[in-house]
Amino acid sequence: MKNIVEIKGLTKKYSSKVALNNINLNIEKGKVVGILGPNGSGKTTLIKILAGLLRQTSGEVLIDGRSIGVYTKSIVSYLPDRSFLYKWMKIEDAMNLYKDFYSDFDEEKFNELLSFMKLERNMKIDALSKGMHEKLNLSLVLARNSKLYILDEPIGGVDPVARDQIIDAIINNYNEESSMIITTHLVRDMESILDEVVFLKEGNIVLTGSAEALREERGKQIDDIYKEVFGE
Amino acid sequence: MDFNDNLPIYMQIMNLIKSKMASGEISGGDKLPSVRELSKELKVNPNTIQRAYQELEREELVFTQRGMGTFATEDMEVIKSLKRKMARELVNRFFMEMKKLGFSIDEVKSIVFEWIEREDGE
Repeated sequence: MKNIVEIKGLTKKYSSKVALNNINLNIEKGKVVGILGPNGSGKTTLIKILAGLLRQTSGEVLIDGRSIGVYTKSIVSYLPDRSFLYKWMKIEDAMNLYKDFYSDFDEEKFNELLSFMKLERNMKIDALSKGMHEKLNLSLVLARNSKLYILDEPIGGVDPVARDQIIDAIINNYNEESSMIITTHLVRDMESILDEVVFLKEGNIVLTGSAEALREERGKQIDDIYKEVFGE
Repeated sequence: MDFNDNLPIYMQIMNLIKSKMASGEISGGDKLPSVRELSKELKVNPNTIQRAYQELEREELVFTQRGMGTFATEDMEVIKSLKRKMARELVNRFFMEMKKLGFSIDEVKSIVFEWIEREDGE
């Protein structure tokens, strides 16, 4: 199967602090990959490099066979872990911004996502709750017809009902032509949608593999393996 | 459905479908939900559902018709032997747990007979 992401010997340092240490990782087309680790493990750094927001210190990162740049940004749809919309906007303005920026933005898909999330076009961004905000951001990101979706903590800090809706939206929008990378430390909620898992600890990959194979080998859920890897 | 068992999720889904076939909730020849439908319903990665269907097909419990979907086997013998196998597994588990609790075979026997008599009486 074809790899959508190929990472070889990736290192990122912030002055003297090593955030990512010699990471090697391939992600196949059609896979949903969970990058798991506590805060400060390097998840967001890794994702920002893939999204083209940070440059690596050394190593090679290819998406769809190309180095990070204009092309890769055009095929990567990225959900940051914090809000990126202006307060004065209405949902409609946010949609237009996305439409202008991304030629792969699918307005019909966006409308479906909005109604699934029970959001309305004329709602003001300012007036949205945290959960609604997250649902809107995810709708914008999933409405693009991209090859790679990168979701940074998509269910962080939202209530359980919103969490379920977000997970449903992710599953409904899965297609075998694109891949997804999802970072999370809320493993229990996410584990049934992950094909592969990557455990990141202090900038190193300490464990990686197919989620089902790990469950089978260890006779444990990913959530329990997580506690084992990161617990004291 | 909660996948809190320590089995791989595809096996938990196989077991779910097997028990529906054994109980008759899914009867021979019935169409199973599509991979996508079941994935949405159970909130599980479609690739995992696909894997469960493939394994069920290998065990000849379901068959796929191109472009039509996946169907429960029409072979009643297969369903019968599935039921027997599931019953054996249940009994095994029951006896193992009873042994763990320190019951002798004779004690288990009398507990089971008592239970049957009570059920019959009702």
